[in-house]
Amino acid sequence: MLSPYIPVFVGILWAALLAAVLIGVSLLFGPNRPTPEKRSTYECGIDPMIGDARTRFSIKFYVVAVLFLLFDVEVVFMYPWAVLLKRLGLLGLIEMMTFLLVLVVAFVYVWKKGALNWE
Amino acid sequence: MGIDSLPAALSVIRPELILAVTALVCLALDLLYKPADKMPCWAVAFFGSLAALASTIASWGTEQEAFSQLVRMDNLSNFFAVIFLMVGLITLCLSDSYVQREGLPAGEYYTLLLISMTGMVFMAQANDLMTVYLGIEIMSIPVYVLVAMMSKSPKSPEAGLKYLLLGGFASAILLFGIALLYGAVGTTQLADILRQAPGALKASDPLFLAGVGLLLVGMGFKVSLVPFHMWTPDAYEGAPTSVTAFMSVAVKAAGFSVLIRVIVLSLSPMAVDWSQIFWWLAVLSMVLGNVVALVQENIKRMLAYSSIAHAGYVLVALTTGTETGIHAALIYLFIYALMNLGAFGVVIAVSREGDQGVEIRDYTGMARKRPLYALAMAVFMFSLAGVPPTAGFIGKFYAFSAAVKAGYVWLAVIGVLMSAVSAYFYLRVLVVMYMKEPEAGAEYSAGPWGAPIGAGVSVSLWVCALSILFLGIWPGWLSHFAQQALQGLTSLL
Repeated sequence: MLSPYIPVFVGILWAALLAAVLIGVSLLFGPNRPTPEKRSTYECGIDPMIGDARTRFSIKFYVVAVLFLLFDVEVVFMYPWAVLLKRLGLLGLIEMMTFLLVLVVAFVYVWKKGALNWE
Repeated sequence: MGIDSLPAALSVIRPELILAVTALVCLALDLLYKPADKMPCWAVAFFGSLAALASTIASWGTEQEAFSQLVRMDNLSNFFAVIFLMVGLITLCLSDSYVQREGLPAGEYYTLLLISMTGMVFMAQANDLMTVYLGIEIMSIPVYVLVAMMSKSPKSPEAGLKYLLLGGFASAILLFGIALLYGAVGTTQLADILRQAPGALKASDPLFLAGVGLLLVGMGFKVSLVPFHMWTPDAYEGAPTSVTAFMSVAVKAAGFSVLIRVIVLSLSPMAVDWSQIFWWLAVLSMVLGNVVALVQENIKRMLAYSSIAHAGYVLVALTTGTETGIHAALIYLFIYALMNLGAFGVVIAVSREGDQGVEIRDYTGMARKRPLYALAMAVFMFSLAGVPPTAGFIGKFYAFSAAVKAGYVWLAVIGVLMSAVSAYFYLRVLVVMYMKEPEAGAEYSAGPWGAPIGAGVSVSLWVCALSILFLGIWPGWLSHFAQQALQGLTSLL
């Protein structure tokens, strides 16, 4: 019953093995010359923020995050559709255009309401 | 599915399509019209819902599945869709002046209301657990926003946040249940689950039982049964009153539509198991709802606890798992929708800007100054308490007699006792309105009921009060339609 999942399992094993080998090899053979900059947490190249993460921050971040999620999902949804466009035919096209139309109306609304303005 | 079958499939989800397109038009209108001129939004939403209602009624009697059996239109779904759309229309009437008075963003308000109704109709038509889940989310997410919409009041965003967090949690539990059920029977289609259930039961598959249990928790949350009711009083109190009215009837009815389709009909082979759980949930909801409502001073909070109790009464009917029981539940939900909307309508009419005047003492002596509001409130309170000439009595009569017929005598006894308890807090409002003088305070000399309220509220109060009296005296036609709604489905029992 589980047989269809065996390739997935093998894939997970393979990924773990590869990661272990790569880290192990660089530990064994790579030069090890630590500096304070190298040892600090990586945070987009800026100095890491020290302190409590539970501080108040601007609500604008939430809007950006929600909008990102929306269009993120949209693109995820479009990718398999684009791959199978030929097989889905006209119906697939109509369905995707309906989906996009709904999103575009919402997008225009968000835009006109000024949710994309940072100031 | 080929493109040839598209028109037939779309005709099944016609009410949803009408509602969704109306919602988009509302959103677009909100951009085109500048503030203070939001009438088009309201009118568009109203006529869109009316068109959806007409199309639902027009398809009464047809039975059709579409989109690889994901949705199914039959009389049961149509019956519920009529409840949702009727509630939606009355809510729109209640909302118009309220939205203006409280300065809520009208375009967004009506759009979200319409999207929520779309989700409800999907829930009623669900023929697959995936549709159930999607419908619940389409319904709930707009309601989370609507609850938090009155940003001037500190209670409203708090209520919205609570509802969102607990609602998200309940959705996750529901989804977990769906996943376990899928793991056990290998399908999410309700018809297939019905076929597979006896086998899974015979093997007493723990995956299957856990899945059903988690589904029950998720749905119990949506219809606010004890012990999944924690969010209800806060969310109902903090939300704008028109939204509370909508939530307390439409969201609850939608939850029950799913409960009936998934648990009562599709899992009927395990009725012995879930009816015991239903028994306890019903008793707990009736007892806690009614007893805690006794001590409430805020009328929205009181009605919130009363709504928990009413969910208990509906569950009494469903515990039986019989055709009579579902029939009684359908009748109860229809009647409950009218009387609860009416009661909240009076609350809207009586309250002042900033959602003030929602304490029960604000109603002191109202019968002198506003006899019609007081009379309407009296009808709704009598009906909620279940006093004979009103429809509330009919609903309770059907529910309890279904329980007695199926041998659940004690359940009916507890229900009747708890109805007697509920009479105290419903009739207390009447005592305050009719038997006390208005307070001499300056604030009340003008009356908290001084501000004129839109025609929409008056119209919906009339409609609700008259239909409650009408249904109380001639319940036959409602019973007839509820009977038709169950045609073809009772073979599943």
